[in-house]
Amino acid sequence: MTRGPSWFNVTSLVVGFSFLYLPIVLLVIYSFNKSRLVTVWGGFSVEWYVSLLHNEQLLDAAWVTLRVAFVSASVATVLGTAAALVLVRSGRFFGRSLFSGMIFAPLVMPEVILGLSLLLLFVAMDQSRGFWTVILAHTTFAMCYVAVVVQSRLVGFDKSIEEAAEDLGCPPVKTFFLITLPIILPGVVAGWMLAFTLSLDDLVVASFTTGPGATTLPMKIYSQVRLGVTPEINAVCTILVVLVTIGVIAASLATRRQQVQKERDERTAFGAEG
Amino acid sequence: MAKKSIGPVRREFTPWETPDHPPFIEFRNVTKMFGDFTAVDNLSLKIYEREFFALLGGSGCGKTTLMRMLAGFEAPTAGQIFLDGQDLAGIPAFRRPSNMMFQSYALFPHMSVEKNIAFGLKQDKLDAAEIRDRVAEMLRLTKLEQFAKRKPHQLSGGQRQRVALARSLAKRPKVLLLDEPLGALDRKLREETQFELMNIQEELKTTFLIVTHDQEEAMTVADRIAVMDKGKLVQVATPAEIYEAPNSRFVADFIGDVNLIEAKVSRKSGEGTLLESVCEGFAIETNQETDAGIGDRVWYAIRPEKVRIAHGRRDQDAANQIDGLVWDIAYLGDVSIIHSKVGESEKDTILRATFANVSRMVDNPITWDDEVVLSFDRDAGVILRG
Repeated sequence: MTRGPSWFNVTSLVVGFSFLYLPIVLLVIYSFNKSRLVTVWGGFSVEWYVSLLHNEQLLDAAWVTLRVAFVSASVATVLGTAAALVLVRSGRFFGRSLFSGMIFAPLVMPEVILGLSLLLLFVAMDQSRGFWTVILAHTTFAMCYVAVVVQSRLVGFDKSIEEAAEDLGCPPVKTFFLITLPIILPGVVAGWMLAFTLSLDDLVVASFTTGPGATTLPMKIYSQVRLGVTPEINAVCTILVVLVTIGVIAASLATRRQQVQKERDERTAFGAEG
Repeated sequence: MAKKSIGPVRREFTPWETPDHPPFIEFRNVTKMFGDFTAVDNLSLKIYEREFFALLGGSGCGKTTLMRMLAGFEAPTAGQIFLDGQDLAGIPAFRRPSNMMFQSYALFPHMSVEKNIAFGLKQDKLDAAEIRDRVAEMLRLTKLEQFAKRKPHQLSGGQRQRVALARSLAKRPKVLLLDEPLGALDRKLREETQFELMNIQEELKTTFLIVTHDQEEAMTVADRIAVMDKGKLVQVATPAEIYEAPNSRFVADFIGDVNLIEAKVSRKSGEGTLLESVCEGFAIETNQETDAGIGDRVWYAIRPEKVRIAHGRRDQDAANQIDGLVWDIAYLGDVSIIHSKVGESEKDTILRATFANVSRMVDNPITWDDEVVLSFDRDAGVILRG
């Protein structure tokens, strides 16, 4: 047995991560490009970040995107949590497997189809398209992801904890807010974050369901790229990458610290016993 | 001659022997179906105030369902349940005056020990000072004072068990329901906790209803035991009666170790209520009465510790003396269980006898293939019909 990484492992690691991250690294580097030409390096500069601050259109699009993501993630979290509760808890009812299949279908459904069908629905309803139709559309697919995440948290949930609360005189609805929700909260928060991210970078569904005055950032970027990539776009994307990275690192650090704390507590408890 | 009674008498508390004594909990013709499966089958049972009552049976016998119906987590398909004279039908779990201690303890993982215990009191909207006093009282009762601020995951299994007990007792319920409360503890801790439970019950004078599959646990803690099988009560009696006078082969076999000998009634006589059973070429003389007729098939149940075993030397006082051949010995330290072949038939009949190892050194120890005499008195066993 060899100690340390073998040449095979090192190669796999380098190749795999290059494949994943080289494009992103290039994008970040070129966002600091002084040259106006995207593919020619003209020296270091932050001028594109500065000009970004004065680009009203991009800022507007970013603001719309954030609002859409926040509202649709919140609505999707409520609906998705409710769906997960029903699917895990209500035991066998008629059509249960059909329902659980149907709630996961949008996960694998091509986005084009989802977008098109929503568009048809809004047209049939004679609904003028804009900010709220995008939110509705994002809620529909984001709630499936929330349901999946919350469901995994609920499967390991000891139902007798809720029964204990009721046994001690707590009515069912109050039990949900005092007992169930705090326990499944990590799953609910993770579901919200997932929904938020999905809404943030969705292009296809938003393109189908949006209307005048509700252009999201991905749509804006896409339409600009078709006219040629400007370094400003690189700067926007870099900011997005940084934001997402910070979010992911913060979330995993928090989870890890909780885990370490729990293990330490358990050790002390058993140490005191022995 | 002194009056003979079955087993030790624990205390002067036998309300079930008074015909008119009002029951505290009553199941009246209760049936519970899950789809096609009958979990509880037309069952009637009376439990009295301050009683420590055990529901005992194997898994799937309906004992937990019976308890969950009392707590309000399941509704009976038919029949009525009364608690302190009140029909519980239609009363949801959170309004019932009973509290339950769950098998998994079901502690609230995001609350400290104190908050767990105070939870039920807060639901009753008691004032803060009262809640503080009650929580302190419960912490003292369960010896958890130093752990008040800890979260459940910072406690050992035994401590969690005590938190669960404290939480379910804090509201001073009319009945405490215990669902396999000690199942997750190791043997030593379980035995300690059984006695602790009994002391707490004596102190609080609350009616306790415990569900368990562990017959030793039921015998230790309970005033009366109901043995259940397939949704029905098989026998309801004190631990000693259940052990010494089982009413069926099921109970005899379920509780403790027993020799069940298939036999035929060969003679019934009035004087001293003597009857004789014949099986595998030996006779058994008992002082038991039976309503079985001559020639009917019955079972004779005798506990291994009631059978004396010796080399050749006849025990003059014993009514029954059977020759046997030692077949197997299980040495358990305090006792040895000796399996002997008896009878003359082709089919081997094994009779188990318990041999208490009272001395460390034995002159002529019983060993494999020894010829022995197994003896027991006329009142040592019981005749069972089914």
